[in-house]
Amino acid sequence: MVVNRFTILKGEAMAESDDEPGPTSSHPGASADAAPATPAAPLGPAAPLGPAAPLGPSTRTPAPTLVVRGLVKHFGPVVALARAELEVRPGEIHALVGENGAGKSTLVKLLAGVYQPTAGQMLLDGAPLEPRTPADARDAGVAVIYQEPTLFPDLSVAENVFMGRLLTGRGGLVSRKAMRERTRELLATLGVEIDPDRPALGLSIADQQLVEIVKAVSLDAKLLVMDEPTAALSGVEVDRLFAVARQLRDRGAAVVFISHRFDEIFALSDRITVMRDGEHVSTQDTAATDTATIVRQMVGRAVDTMFPRTERTPGAVVLEVQGLTRAGTFEGVDLHVRAGEILGIAGLVGSGRSEVVRAVFGIDRYDSGTVRVDGRVLAQDGPEQAMRHGLALVPEDRRRQGLHTDLSVARNVALTLRRRLSRGGILTSGAEYRVAHEWAATLQVKARDLDAVAGTLSGGNQQKVVLAKWLSTTPRVLLIDEPTRGIDVGTKAEVHRLLDRLAGDGVAVVMISSELPEVLGMSDRVLVMHEGRVTAVLDRADADPETVMSAATGTVRSAVA
Amino acid sequence: MTRVLRRRETSIALALVILVVVATTANDAFLLSSDGFRDLLLAPSLLVLLAVGQAAVIITRNVDLSVSSTLGLVAFATGSMFVSSPGLSVPVVMLLGILLGAALGAVNGGLVTSARVPSLVITLGTLYAYRGITVIWAGTDRISAGDMPRSFLAIGTERVLGIPVVALVALVVVVGAGVYLGYARTGREFYAIGSEPVAARLCGLPVGRRVFFAFVLSGTLAGLAGVLFAARYATVASNAGTGLELQAVAAAVIGGVAIFGGSGTVAGAALGAVLLATIDRALPILGIPDFWQQAVVGVLIIGAIVLDRVLAVRTARRLRSTGVAEAVRPLPAARVTGGVP
Ligand SMILES: Nc1ncnc2c1ncn2[C@@H]1O[C@H](COP(=O)(O)OP(=O)(O)OP(=O)(O)O)[C@@H](O)[C@H]1O
Ligand SMILES: [Mg+2]
Repeated sequence: MVVNRFTILKGEAMAESDDEPGPTSSHPGASADAAPATPAAPLGPAAPLGPAAPLGPSTRTPAPTLVVRGLVKHFGPVVALARAELEVRPGEIHALVGENGAGKSTLVKLLAGVYQPTAGQMLLDGAPLEPRTPADARDAGVAVIYQEPTLFPDLSVAENVFMGRLLTGRGGLVSRKAMRERTRELLATLGVEIDPDRPALGLSIADQQLVEIVKAVSLDAKLLVMDEPTAALSGVEVDRLFAVARQLRDRGAAVVFISHRFDEIFALSDRITVMRDGEHVSTQDTAATDTATIVRQMVGRAVDTMFPRTERTPGAVVLEVQGLTRAGTFEGVDLHVRAGEILGIAGLVGSGRSEVVRAVFGIDRYDSGTVRVDGRVLAQDGPEQAMRHGLALVPEDRRRQGLHTDLSVARNVALTLRRRLSRGGILTSGAEYRVAHEWAATLQVKARDLDAVAGTLSGGNQQKVVLAKWLSTTPRVLLIDEPTRGIDVGTKAEVHRLLDRLAGDGVAVVMISSELPEVLGMSDRVLVMHEGRVTAVLDRADADPETVMSAATGTVRSAVA
Repeated sequence: MTRVLRRRETSIALALVILVVVATTANDAFLLSSDGFRDLLLAPSLLVLLAVGQAAVIITRNVDLSVSSTLGLVAFATGSMFVSSPGLSVPVVMLLGILLGAALGAVNGGLVTSARVPSLVITLGTLYAYRGITVIWAGTDRISAGDMPRSFLAIGTERVLGIPVVALVALVVVVGAGVYLGYARTGREFYAIGSEPVAARLCGLPVGRRVFFAFVLSGTLAGLAGVLFAARYATVASNAGTGLELQAVAAAVIGGVAIFGGSGTVAGAALGAVLLATIDRALPILGIPDFWQQAVVGVLIIGAIVLDRVLAVRTARRLRSTGVAEAVRPLPAARVTGGVP
């Protein structure tokens, strides 16, 4: 089923809306463990973990596969991890959650041997785990899916999967055939069709992510760590990934799963560890807790996850698209958005949503159709032209398309404003800082300071910088693709408030989102796409999860409004 | 992908054939005389050796500008060894010469991997430094035919089945390096490193070691070229090989090795070298003045790069239509952030 991504942000809702085994109906191993658990036995920092101090009296608890004790990591003056604790048992899926910049990815990279800890200890099956390189970690039995993509665009998918341990055949030479076949099998277990011989160049983010997953799964490791593996996937693929993760767990692997999506966390995990500011906050059984508790522990306060909505009356049509077509990608797309209106675009990954907005913004070409801004035709003349007419696009693949990883945060934010901020051609750093400071504060960017190199920020904070960069241009039409991908709960609410405020100020907003609650909560109208075509346009009142889902999966072709 | 690459190699081979045919029509001595045929194979041989090493280095997203100076220093050292120690046998001297090249390559590799300074800068430095050593050592002296044993000089002129030995050596190197980069585990890792250095680290590839080895390989081949230079030209002055470094880079680029690493083949680079050397010989025969030759090479390089770009965009578009559309790969400006040249 396709439902996962589209369920409500509450763990409890899962059991009813999902016919996959939810968090309560379960697999034998975990329920046996969960049953006798002392209620939510939270492991405060005061109770160090490890074989020396086993959890509770239960003798059935197997010896943990991974133990992390008092792990500290400094990057110069930055304390990324202050005192991390983590314990993962064999046959367990363990969710690791925390705000952007809480230190999750840093912990992952220490496990993977990318960085070396400043202090603390890691044990794998009771033996010290001290990888000096990612190869050491892999040899020890740790497989990692990193938050950032690690594919080689020039190499084939099969070579990507096996890089670092390419399969060899006769005479010790690399056997492309063996790798191709093995990759095909692995892809088949995920139910994905990607040609193993094609280069990774040009794969969609979702497919890239799937290749990463195949790569990690192919290691058949004792410990599999997945750092936000689902950020770019749609419901179907998420379900397949979950199936694979459960298989691995049932075979006795220990799985660490990082995500900012609570529906996923509650659907998949057996236990949850919360981190805040590089420190361990709590570890508890998933069955014995709920979203609100976890959020409070993550953020340190209660977060209002209600979608903000100020009443507004949409003005004149600002952006109008008619019959937009690009062969093989999208066909006959009509849409319009008014000033002060939020148009949500729903659909599965691959339905052509992102491609349409990219074409509108002038990044990709289209074969036929027209784009009008304020009634005047916008020629196909590249993004510069679109920007001159007041359009802005926050792209989906922000790290690659939006962020200059080697420039400072301030420079990144001010980049799109160069002309406006400069006096006689000279960009004053004072002006740059003022803007950057304002936006960094609004979006709660967690960085040492505005001079920090953007590449050293946590994944979610990089997303925020790109958001700030485009929002600060005060566009008249904002095209925004997955506004809250990879962003933690606290900031998510902030982004929603911001979008609402922009619409209130008369900006026309086109928002693509794979999170149904977001689409339904934020939009004045919802446009649904399936396989490159618009299958429904719904008013806020008519947009309910079932209607949108059936239009997105193409099961019902409702009349286009 | 291989299909596209293969197309590049075939197109160069085709250009080569056309050039030879045209030049032969203008003057049939170009190919049909015994000397003409020999020169066709002999003239590009040393450049082929340099281009193969250069290709290996460029594939890892680095560049080795010092090869011409390595060639010069090794050529002079080889001659000097014959002068100073007549007791050494020819194979021993040749081996020592090649080892000197490897050592000079190791210096490059060591500096690039440990200093974290772009290889462009490091090898620009050693380009001057190695040449400087040669100049100090040689002064105005030159090694001439009389200083070297006849059996050594014979290597430069001898033929087997009508094919010059030097050309055979180059061919063996091309095949060997081609198999290594195309089919050896560690060779494939060169491509991964050049394609995305950060990902290579995260995959656990020993990036430093591979890059180091690429420079040693380049130095070794430049050393081999230096030894063969001494044998073939029979005179070595302190300026031997000057300017070949850019020709080697040009050969690799024309042959389809992406300047930002990650793709291209040794065979392509070798064909590029043959094309360059043949153009050098053919243009005078076609009555094209000297100064135009440089321009032709320039046009070829730019043409090759433009072709690359067009093909890349096309490939991306084709690949996109098979999956969900995504961005065309970021332009080199964006890719260079993590890399070297
Ligand atoms: N190489 C580095 N140099 C300097 N600081 C770093 C580096 N890597 C991470 N940090 C800092 O360490 C902190 C923790 O980052 P980390 O990437 O672990 O967060 P995270 O929990 O994964 O967040 P997200 O949910 O956004 O992915 C951040 O403040 C980040 O800026
Ligand atoms: Mg992270």
